[in-house]
Amino acid sequence: MRFHFKTSYDDDIRLFIDGWKFSLYAALLVFMLALPWLIDDFYLGEANNVLIWSVCGLGLMLLTGQTGQASLGHSAFMALGCYSCVIMMESGVPFIIALPMAGVITGCFGALIAIPALKLHGVYLAIATLALAILADDIIVLLEPWTGGVAGKVPPDIEVFGLTINRWGNPTEWYYMTLIVVLVCTLFYRNLLRAPLGRSFAAVRDSEISAQAMGVNIARTKTIAFGLSCAITGLGGALMGLFAGAFNNETFNFLLSIQLLMMIVVGGLGFIHGAFLGAIVIAFLPQFLSIVSDTMGHGVAIPGLESAVFGVILIVFILFEPMGLYGRWLKIRTFLELFPFARKDMFKRQKSYLKTERLR
Amino acid sequence: MSLLEIEGVTLKFGGVTAVNNLTMNVNEAEVFALVGPNGAGKSTVFNLISRFYTPVSGSIKFDGVDLLKLAPHEVPSLGIARTFQNIELFHQATVLQNLLVGRHRHRQSSLLPQLLHLPSVRAEERAHREAVEQVIDFLDLQPYRDKMIAGLPYGVRKVVELGRALASKPRLLLLDEPASGLSVEETQNMRWWIDDIRRQMGITVLMVEHDMGLVGKVSDRVLALADGAKLAEGTPPEVQSHPAVIEAYLGTSAISKTADAKGARV
Repeated sequence: MRFHFKTSYDDDIRLFIDGWKFSLYAALLVFMLALPWLIDDFYLGEANNVLIWSVCGLGLMLLTGQTGQASLGHSAFMALGCYSCVIMMESGVPFIIALPMAGVITGCFGALIAIPALKLHGVYLAIATLALAILADDIIVLLEPWTGGVAGKVPPDIEVFGLTINRWGNPTEWYYMTLIVVLVCTLFYRNLLRAPLGRSFAAVRDSEISAQAMGVNIARTKTIAFGLSCAITGLGGALMGLFAGAFNNETFNFLLSIQLLMMIVVGGLGFIHGAFLGAIVIAFLPQFLSIVSDTMGHGVAIPGLESAVFGVILIVFILFEPMGLYGRWLKIRTFLELFPFARKDMFKRQKSYLKTERLR
Repeated sequence: MSLLEIEGVTLKFGGVTAVNNLTMNVNEAEVFALVGPNGAGKSTVFNLISRFYTPVSGSIKFDGVDLLKLAPHEVPSLGIARTFQNIELFHQATVLQNLLVGRHRHRQSSLLPQLLHLPSVRAEERAHREAVEQVIDFLDLQPYRDKMIAGLPYGVRKVVELGRALASKPRLLLLDEPASGLSVEETQNMRWWIDDIRRQMGITVLMVEHDMGLVGKVSDRVLALADGAKLAEGTPPEVQSHPAVIEAYLGTSAISKTADAKGARV
């Protein structure tokens, strides 16, 4: 067990609590940078996929994990990010500008969507946003002149500073590009958490009534949360579409939002790590299942196996580990750190005492 | 001069009159207590000041500013902080983070600098944390600093909520039953803190409290409410011995019984 002797306010503001944590994450970064030399192109593509999913997951985590607003509409924002990025690239905007712009456009649109959604809570918000996800499918078909409709689009090659990046031609460069986006999004996320805005997100999540009594403007905070969340998810969506090499209205159907929500629940709601752990599960489960069915089922594909296993995993997590994979890790770590003094009920969520009666 | 002026305020929920033509003034740097039986409308008065409810008639002014023209989230920016009867903390956050939310009204930086964590944001954060550490020192919360609210005992949560309100450096502090559910020792601490808040920090305190012992010790003036209307106002002994107050608390027969007992003794 480590003790932190804090001597300045900066000790609480810093990104890494001590030198040990810093070296741990530095080692992880070095490992991520060295990955192209460690694994072959196929698995590098899979790693890239994991990173893209985690960008999308970070976006939804900001909204659902941090601000407590469930959304099943994030596939629509992924689509918006993707289509706006590719349309800009096709009309000659350099990729290095088109990608952030796609994020900004998606963010602005997300903030607009937030305004009618402000009055909705919990499951009603989820249903309203689900409608958006289903609607997005039709809108893409209707806007055929721009979106290519059912036939879809094949994005042009990415060009950054004269370097052409193609998924098949140079997967390593693709991977590094995604890694940069992941790092920037994670840094922004962390910066938010140590600033007043991030704290007001958590305030809105835990108690709207006392957030208001502390001067937090609920409507404004939720709108900003929607905007930032959709911006990050839009970036992820753009990367996903570009990585896929071709996409149409089916690529971003509403099942993707459900998968995304499942991913952050399994990973651990409210933790940045949760988005990454969830992304690893989501991205590797299909591979894992196909390997298993290859060896066990003698190559016979079982239809619907993937969604069934996803469903079972989700149910198991909600029943037995609502804090997700990262929550489980925290428990194990605490147990080891405090050994043999860890108590079984340390993480038991205490029932909140009486809730202030609904004031409206 | 009165800091808070409530004049002729009436609030109705359907057919029920929760607050009936209430007029009261809270002076600068005094401790003012609201007492009354359950359902008398004490917490409703707090919710009116916080703007969670809008009265049917009357006016509420804070330092000359008409509170009824403000939205609920704008009230704290004037320097009004409050606690809740049933503790409304942010459960999935640490004590430190909860207190930092109390600093919300003092925030300055906008979205982009916060995302980039510019030096100005860092400087602002340091100032917030310094203010919060003072509150932690004042309320002896050091052992719980980095603990999640969800795992804290009731008594500590009560103190954290007081701390969150104090962190905003208010001019008027609204305490909704600060001693309810506290042990004798914790109530004693609360009493000293309320004294210090008024004396050292010069903060005006308006509180709702059932513990007449605490009310008698800390408050300068007391107002008794029953069924939303004012029964009596004055110093604690005056209000406690007021016949209407005794009647509201103990019923009419109590008065005649006391009278009988007195008569018998004579």
